[in-house]
Amino acid sequence: MRTNIILSGVGGQGILTIAAVLDTAALNENLFIKQSEVHGMSQRGGAVQSHVRISDKEIFSDLIPEGKADLILSVEPMELLRYLPFLKQDGWLITDSETFQNTSNYPDKDDLFKEIGKYPNHIIVDATQIAKKIGNSRIANMVLLGAASSIIPLSESSMIEAIRRLFQHKSEKIIRLNLEAFNEGKKVAEGIINLADS
Amino acid sequence: MKSLLLGNEALAQGSIDAGLSGVYAYPGTPSTEITEYIQKSELARELKIHTTWSVNEKTAMEAALGMSYVGKRSMVVMKHVGLNVASDVFMNMAVSGVNGGLVVVVADDPSMHSSQNEQDSRFYGKFAMIPILEPSNQQEAYDVMFYAFELSEKLKLPVLLRLVTRLSHSRAGIEVKERRDPNNISLPVDTSRFALLPMNAKKQYDLLVSKQETLIQYSENSTFNDLIPGKDSKVGIIACGLAYNYVMENIGEQEFPYSILKISQYPLPKEKIRSLYRQCEKILVIEEGYPIVEELLHNYFDDDDKTKGRLSGDLPRTGELTPGIVGKALGFHHNSLNPIPSVVTPRPPQLCEGCGHTDLFNTINEVIPEIGNKNVFGDIGCYALGALPPLNTINTLIDMGASITMAKGAADAGLENVIAVIGDSTFTHSGMTGLLDAVYKNSPITVIISDNSAVAMTGAQESTAVGRLHKICLGIGVHPDHLKTIVPLKKNHKENVELLRKELKYKGVSVIISERPCVRLSRDQKEQIKARIAALN
Repeated sequence: MRTNIILSGVGGQGILTIAAVLDTAALNENLFIKQSEVHGMSQRGGAVQSHVRISDKEIFSDLIPEGKADLILSVEPMELLRYLPFLKQDGWLITDSETFQNTSNYPDKDDLFKEIGKYPNHIIVDATQIAKKIGNSRIANMVLLGAASSIIPLSESSMIEAIRRLFQHKSEKIIRLNLEAFNEGKKVAEGIINLADS
Repeated sequence: MKSLLLGNEALAQGSIDAGLSGVYAYPGTPSTEITEYIQKSELARELKIHTTWSVNEKTAMEAALGMSYVGKRSMVVMKHVGLNVASDVFMNMAVSGVNGGLVVVVADDPSMHSSQNEQDSRFYGKFAMIPILEPSNQQEAYDVMFYAFELSEKLKLPVLLRLVTRLSHSRAGIEVKERRDPNNISLPVDTSRFALLPMNAKKQYDLLVSKQETLIQYSENSTFNDLIPGKDSKVGIIACGLAYNYVMENIGEQEFPYSILKISQYPLPKEKIRSLYRQCEKILVIEEGYPIVEELLHNYFDDDDKTKGRLSGDLPRTGELTPGIVGKALGFHHNSLNPIPSVVTPRPPQLCEGCGHTDLFNTINEVIPEIGNKNVFGDIGCYALGALPPLNTINTLIDMGASITMAKGAADAGLENVIAVIGDSTFTHSGMTGLLDAVYKNSPITVIISDNSAVAMTGAQESTAVGRLHKICLGIGVHPDHLKTIVPLKKNHKENVELLRKELKYKGVSVIISERPCVRLSRDQKEQIKARIAALN
């Protein structure tokens, strides 16, 4: 078993929290993990990505080879498209529908969705909207992780356990909100992924 | 369960477990998390390991040498360009040698993700004639610290440990070893080797040169330089440090016909290389950074169409390696890749919302139509982003501190209305001496210290400048009438512009301290800063 996941977004959007959940869950299942991340200048509102690799055998490269990502999980639609060269043939694309427009030449939203639509295995989640309904737009990342959970080869229980552990120093309320976000995301994706499997 | 650590953190934990007594460093991407990890470690606190940030890389390295002088194990950590700042002591302590183990950890940044160049620190190691270690993965980054201190104490030489961005900033599960106790104080038997007067220095330098054969022997026998023999002699592969991972990634579970020599310790093991070279029809050198090993092979062997790498064009000359680039050089076939759609536009980094630097740049931009748009010299830090649109305020950023001294040079040449913009921490790192140069000649420049009370770009670490800038400037000799303080807020815009105009008219050194804390500082950090300032007064 080997899974390669690219997480993408804009510096400060919380992709490293998603990475931390995956890392913790994988380690808990005694799997090998490598996860590279971006520190430094790009973290100031620039494009950032993290490569997460999970395997039952030793992993060598910290970077996912191009054309070998099983999933690109993005918290922002344009940032999803930036990493398409990494996607493997039948890989999945999952993104929040909410754009983060901090440049003067940000493209038209519909053009972005049109490009995403060219790949049959895609899910566009209104993650920020769902997160707001739950009570905090900042947990959109957990909605997205929930949406991707069924195509990530880690058990749901170990991911939930990882979320609990990651937020153990925060309030019980924050843990509950994050878990709720994870579950809501999972529900959104369920229908779509089953359809793709059949 | 294994601990999940960044390459930087694994190395930091390794240093603690290998008996470290003090880490000295100035923050710099991609090296920062090493020191931060030790600062946060409870074990390090219990062991009373020194962890306070230094003012710059040179002061850090000298302090590390002082700790080594008394017999304890010390480590000094920096990014690649930091080694330029520390190169004076770096070169000379190779001559004096060390007492307690001393490891110089340098994180290179190939592809310049957060840097001004992609210099390869292995060159420095070779220049100083000391051993270099280059771990290929996180576990090795942990393990190598034990060996590095051992080697340093055996050879009585500093050891250079080279990391690269992708190892520094990538996590993996780490297994830890049994901890070693730190050394007790044990002063050098003969201190003359640390007094590099010509008669001592000559002796020491001869000794350093005579140690080179021993260094090579260590490399020949090092478990970090491992040969995986292959059946086919068409190609022999030399893979250095991280590059080894990309080779192994491409091979995967296939049977691989060629021999692979992994290099993680230098000077190069000549015999191992010679024997591979003789056996194979072609040698492919895969290394992250400059084509150092490739060049050395050209030097070792006369015939040299045989050695391939970054110089021959089999791998790109610049930029970091990737599994894809290495796969191509190894001759692996690749499927065509999905393109990046043309609608995708670049998203460069930018100053945070509510950042004080932005308001300062808006103030400067107001006078630019009057003074010309090429008169503002910048420096290293978040405010370097003021060189990009929409601000386009600053024209230069070269190295830590160059804003003030370049402004001085420009003023010396006759340019009027010259402005230097420098951050608080960059100013204490390397700006103070340049300011003294300017004051000494009363050069007509206006220095703006954009003081956000933090080393912001690397994650808002403590700045040694906090609460001290005013007194430092007065002490250096800035005239009190031309040492001003402003608060860069929209509501003060008009009066700040007026003040800047007035100081630009003054034909001598003016310093304007622009004070507004970094928006990234947490409430706790702000409280700590307040307490530090209170303690100063």
